[in-house]
Amino acid sequence: MGPPGNSSARKREARAAFLFLLPNAAGFLAFTFLPLIAAFALSLTRWGITDTPSFAGLSNFAQILGVHRTHRGLAANDPEFWRYLYNTVFLMAGIPVGIALSLLLALLLNQRLRGRVFFRTLFFLPQVCSAVAVALLWKWIFESEIGLLNTGLRSIGVAHPPQWLLSTQWAKPAFIIMTLWMTVGGYNCVLYLAGLQNIPPELYEAAEIDGAGAWHRLRHITWPMLSPTTFFVLVMSVIGGFQGGFIAAFIMTDGGPAGATTTLMFYIYQHAFRWFEMGYASALAMIMFLMILGLTLVNWRIGRRVVHYQ
Amino acid sequence: MRGRAAIAAIAAYLLLAGLGFTMSLPLLWMLSTSLKDPRTVGLYPPRWIPTRPGTVAVRGKEYPAGLITERGRKTTVAIIGRGPGGVLTLDARGVERLVPESAMAPQEQVHLEWRNYVEAWKALPVDTGFLGLLHNADGFLVFYLNSLLVTICVTAGQLITCSMAAFAFARLRFPGRDVFFLGYVATLMVPAVVTMIPLFAMMRIGRLTDTYWALILPGLFSAYGTFLLRQFFMTVPTELEDAAKIDGAGPFAIYWRIVMPLCKPALATLGTFTFLHTWNEFLWPLIVIDDLGKKTLPIGLAHFQGPYLTEWHLLMAASVIVMFPVLIVFVIGQRYFVRGIALSGLKA
Repeated sequence: MGPPGNSSARKREARAAFLFLLPNAAGFLAFTFLPLIAAFALSLTRWGITDTPSFAGLSNFAQILGVHRTHRGLAANDPEFWRYLYNTVFLMAGIPVGIALSLLLALLLNQRLRGRVFFRTLFFLPQVCSAVAVALLWKWIFESEIGLLNTGLRSIGVAHPPQWLLSTQWAKPAFIIMTLWMTVGGYNCVLYLAGLQNIPPELYEAAEIDGAGAWHRLRHITWPMLSPTTFFVLVMSVIGGFQGGFIAAFIMTDGGPAGATTTLMFYIYQHAFRWFEMGYASALAMIMFLMILGLTLVNWRIGRRVVHYQ
Repeated sequence: MRGRAAIAAIAAYLLLAGLGFTMSLPLLWMLSTSLKDPRTVGLYPPRWIPTRPGTVAVRGKEYPAGLITERGRKTTVAIIGRGPGGVLTLDARGVERLVPESAMAPQEQVHLEWRNYVEAWKALPVDTGFLGLLHNADGFLVFYLNSLLVTICVTAGQLITCSMAAFAFARLRFPGRDVFFLGYVATLMVPAVVTMIPLFAMMRIGRLTDTYWALILPGLFSAYGTFLLRQFFMTVPTELEDAAKIDGAGPFAIYWRIVMPLCKPALATLGTFTFLHTWNEFLWPLIVIDDLGKKTLPIGLAHFQGPYLTEWHLLMAASVIVMFPVLIVFVIGQRYFVRGIALSGLKA
């Protein structure tokens, strides 16, 4: 910042700032802020897009989250919501494995090896490929009769390999496998690489003088020093997980079989753009937003305690 | 000690190569399938090198070729017919023989079926597409041009609007700056799906659905891009600016002549990010575009899946067509991309 000027210079600077901000801020207000407010409002309505929205109070939320009494006890008003929430959380089961693999790749790429840029690019590729193309590719790999995976499994003696995308039991694991392939070498790995490069080499030198082995160095230096990265990566993966599964479901299974791969995101899409229940869909989106927000806040509090910053 | 380090390096290398090989298998399989003769797509065991059923010429006529193994010797014969008694074959000397089906193996030759790409490219004819300029055009040509148009507009727009806003946040003083910036950052937490429904409603009210405006307008501004560039701008030392200010340079001259040239890597980062993101964007185009002539590549590819559901060789060829430019942009821009992830991630 320059030296504090007189008031007319300050006014001129403020006017310039206004002009610089105008294009982006106008777009921000019109396409982010206004829709955000509108989303709150819409979640309180019933709206079939062609009619006028009618105020519905909290009834959408009561329908989604509430329970009612039946002769067999309590039942959820919208059992599908809970089922698809379960699906969404189930699909996150791959996150810890993915993070561990990302860390492994980052540790390998951090060695002074020839061709590491080549490998980094190779590992990253799936992340930048069009997700539609990737979903089509894995749909083909998981094809139960002539797909690559099942022919491979049969050739090593598995007589009845899983039906993958056609099976309510195996469709979710199939999604997890595909997601792992897409993400292990991607953002998380690059974040770990950056984290590794920020660890001061003196720490390792000191440990080596003390005679600490490779495992010891990993356990007592690398891992704690990477904890901010691990924490960030975990939070971002979970936040991404809540919003995930749309393209895979849309291209590979249409949310099936029998809803086994319908995630919250796909459910919102169905309500909004197949059944045109804009109010209900907005309420669902709002609930997803609140879950993500809550998670972020809780994680911040925990994060401050467990994460080791230098 | 040096010996152990060498062994560790070799082990790391082997592991890296092994993982790299495993990770690239699906992409190789995509490429392989895209170049296969449709008749060989479902063969067991799967062929990694694309082949096609072989043919053999006997007395100037082409026949499908078969392979007979007798007493350890392999002979290629022409197949002239099939019946309940077996396969009627013709050998090179012109002798006909009936061979049991079990003694017969298909004869294959290595062959790359480039026509799959042509077929996929032409598969979805479009009446009127790409700004209404093309008539009776090949589907993927139209999707390509649409994707290019939208991606270039959005990327250029974001580079301009975000760099201007980031300059204001990073370099100018004005009342409410920090609160306003916090508002920007806070919206980064909002999932896109929340604003998507009202945004769709706005587009409908403005009669912009099924237009290029719907694809481009919301992408021209981004809180994320502003945030990313501001982080970069903050790291640029102010000495040059201070000198320019003394020479009487105004904010615009400082922005355009000093900060922007110094921040070329940052702009390249945001440019690469935005290009890849916009190119691959799926959900938003899916809901606002219905007209085949205005579809971008990802939704065009999804549409293509409908009529060609099990034609894997065509689906894979189309997928390669869609992915190809992305790979090029990524390989060129990956340096910036990686830096951008590190910066936006760790300083968030």
